[in-house]
Amino acid sequence: MDIGWYLTASALIFTIGAGGVLTRRSPLVILLCLELMLNAANLALIAFARMHGNAEGQIFAVIVMVVAACEVTVGLGVIVAMHRRRLPIDVDELRELQG
Amino acid sequence: MSSLELFAWATLLFPLAGTIVIAVAGRRLPRRGAGYVGTGALALSFASAIGALVMLQDLPHDERQVVAVAWDYANSVGVDAQLSLLVDPLSVFMILVVAGVSTLIHLYSISYLDSDEGYVRFFSYLNFFVFSMLLLVLAGNFLLLIIGWAFVGAASYMLISFWYRRTTATDAGIKAFVINVLGDVGLVLGTFFIFKHLGTLDFLKAFEGVKEGFPQTNDADLVAGCILLLVGAFAKSAQVPLHTWLPDAMEGPTPVSALIHAATMVTAGVYLIARMHPLFEQAPIAADVGAIVGCATLLIAGTTALAQTDLKRVIAYSTMSQIGYMIMGVSAGAYAAGLFHLMTHAFFKALLFMAAGSVIAAMAGNQNLDRMGGFRRALPFTYGCMVVGGLALAGVPPFSGFFSKDEILLLLGDRGGWFWILYAAGYVGAFLTGLYTFRMIFRAFWGEPVPEARELEEGHLHHAHAPSNPATGELEDTDVGFPGPEHHIAEREPTMKIAMGTLAFLAIVGGFLQIPKVTHVVDHFLEPTFEDSALYAREPSGGLIAFGLVLGAFVAFAGIGLAYYVWVKNPAIATRVRERLAPLYKLFLNKWYFDELIAMLVARPALWFGVWAQQTFERIFVNGLLVGGSTGIVRAGSSAVRAAQTGFLRYYALLIVVGMVVLAFYFLLAS
Repeated sequence: MDIGWYLTASALIFTIGAGGVLTRRSPLVILLCLELMLNAANLALIAFARMHGNAEGQIFAVIVMVVAACEVTVGLGVIVAMHRRRLPIDVDELRELQG
Repeated sequence: MSSLELFAWATLLFPLAGTIVIAVAGRRLPRRGAGYVGTGALALSFASAIGALVMLQDLPHDERQVVAVAWDYANSVGVDAQLSLLVDPLSVFMILVVAGVSTLIHLYSISYLDSDEGYVRFFSYLNFFVFSMLLLVLAGNFLLLIIGWAFVGAASYMLISFWYRRTTATDAGIKAFVINVLGDVGLVLGTFFIFKHLGTLDFLKAFEGVKEGFPQTNDADLVAGCILLLVGAFAKSAQVPLHTWLPDAMEGPTPVSALIHAATMVTAGVYLIARMHPLFEQAPIAADVGAIVGCATLLIAGTTALAQTDLKRVIAYSTMSQIGYMIMGVSAGAYAAGLFHLMTHAFFKALLFMAAGSVIAAMAGNQNLDRMGGFRRALPFTYGCMVVGGLALAGVPPFSGFFSKDEILLLLGDRGGWFWILYAAGYVGAFLTGLYTFRMIFRAFWGEPVPEARELEEGHLHHAHAPSNPATGELEDTDVGFPGPEHHIAEREPTMKIAMGTLAFLAIVGGFLQIPKVTHVVDHFLEPTFEDSALYAREPSGGLIAFGLVLGAFVAFAGIGLAYYVWVKNPAIATRVRERLAPLYKLFLNKWYFDELIAMLVARPALWFGVWAQQTFERIFVNGLLVGGSTGIVRAGSSAVRAAQTGFLRYYALLIVVGMVVLAFYFLLAS
């Protein structure tokens, strides 16, 4: 199959993920959308690896998956902690960074 | 390193070692231990100085100028900064006087400061003071001279404000330090003027090159340099108008006064002029300035001493006056005579201060002459020492001061011309010296015994009910930072007696070293240093010598006789004269208004300028423009940047995405 299809699919998933991060207000959904973006990048990496016929892209993909797992762990932990403290589960309500 | 150099270094290093040992281990020593260590260090230093003297005399006559170099600090084009000592007859003469008299003063202090809480600190400072002075007189180049000069100033500050909880003492210390720093600045700037033309910091090289560096006499730069050196000498030696710190320095403990006045500090200016004589002879205008200022000082100090009522201040003004003689002498080319007077003065002035310390102790710290009287029977030993010192100071034959003072005046008279004015002024000063010295002695020791004296006659030493500052009457305690509870008088303390007895002996016989036409010990000894001088070792005519000696003796006796007549025979006269000459008396009592003059000319304008600068320059330029401007810029910048920080998480994410897209487009278009 032509590499273009893979890249098209990857770009599509990435855009969906980015759109989700920008539009959704629930941190849980934002995390999910981040995962989408990461996996879109993984898809592109593997497609290029296959095209060039070496394993370097696949190794990167595995590393990205490890990073993603860590990130989800931390992110979910933060969300659970917020929930326990009865903080609003809404990123627009958390505005302490305002200058 | 030859043994001469070794002895010179040992002279210098013993007091330094003493300072460090006492400072580090002083508290662990037994009672009075610090005092014995300090005195021992000085005694060893004096022994080394004698060793240096013996070694120096072994050398052939024209090789008696040895430069001992330890190492070079910097030796490059145009700069030759070394750690070097110049060992020649002049410096050996000075270290003998300094170390010798300081040893006796240390010995005296062992008892005098015995009950003071700051005993250890005192001896550490005292050793450091002597070390600084030895460094000053042994320095072989301008750099080391400046270091010693500044050390002496710092040490004097520490010792004058030794009783640091006494406000008057700390004020006096600050005053001494500020005026001395003024002198340091003069010395440093003068050195620059000389260094610029001669290109060397080393004394001997500079003196050799002075004729080539300044081919004409009175070269403007050399005169400026020498006058700046004189500013340093005046500040250190308490000459008009930089003298006001010296009487105030009487706030320090009495042994410190003895040290400042006899061995260290005030003689530094005399030494400096004698050391720099090749420069001053090439710039006679500067030398004349020195002679005139010395003459003015001796008259101003002599008249001021007449009206003072503080025992120690009278002696302080007499020091100023005697240093005036020395400065006048060495500036006018009477080098050996000036230094000879420096030596005899060290003997009798240390003696006078020690005797005064004994009297002050008997008065439980009170220094007021009006309160004293009749101590003759209560303090016979002190009285004897005071009279010997007073006779030597007044210049009564055959005491030491007679020969040394008259030799200065003799050589001044021999130079002729306008030096006759100085000659005459010198004898007026000698008359005043006899008058004020014996005014002090008669008032303290003669007349009706005061209660303190009566108490002492019955074998009981007076103690004040509550310790207080004698200058202001403020109540004090006897803890650290104030004088201790006990007083010690010479009659009961062997160490004080030994120190005073030795000095009294020296004050009597010291003058025999150099009797005109009979002995010339000092002249011959110092000759190698002053070989290049055209003014050295002139032989005045026999008639002038005889006239000078007779006049000197007559003037001294006249002063003492008048003092006897006014303050013993007929005390009412003193009051009548005071009323008749009220303006003059007020002038002398207020020390010629020098403090007020300096306050008006220097201190207050500086204060006004400071206030003005604070209100205009600081408020508008510094606070408004510099501080306000820079904070304003930062504040404006940060408020602009802060607008970007909305706090919305998704907004930040959008910024990242937009940035990435822009980057991607940039690379796409660029490729």
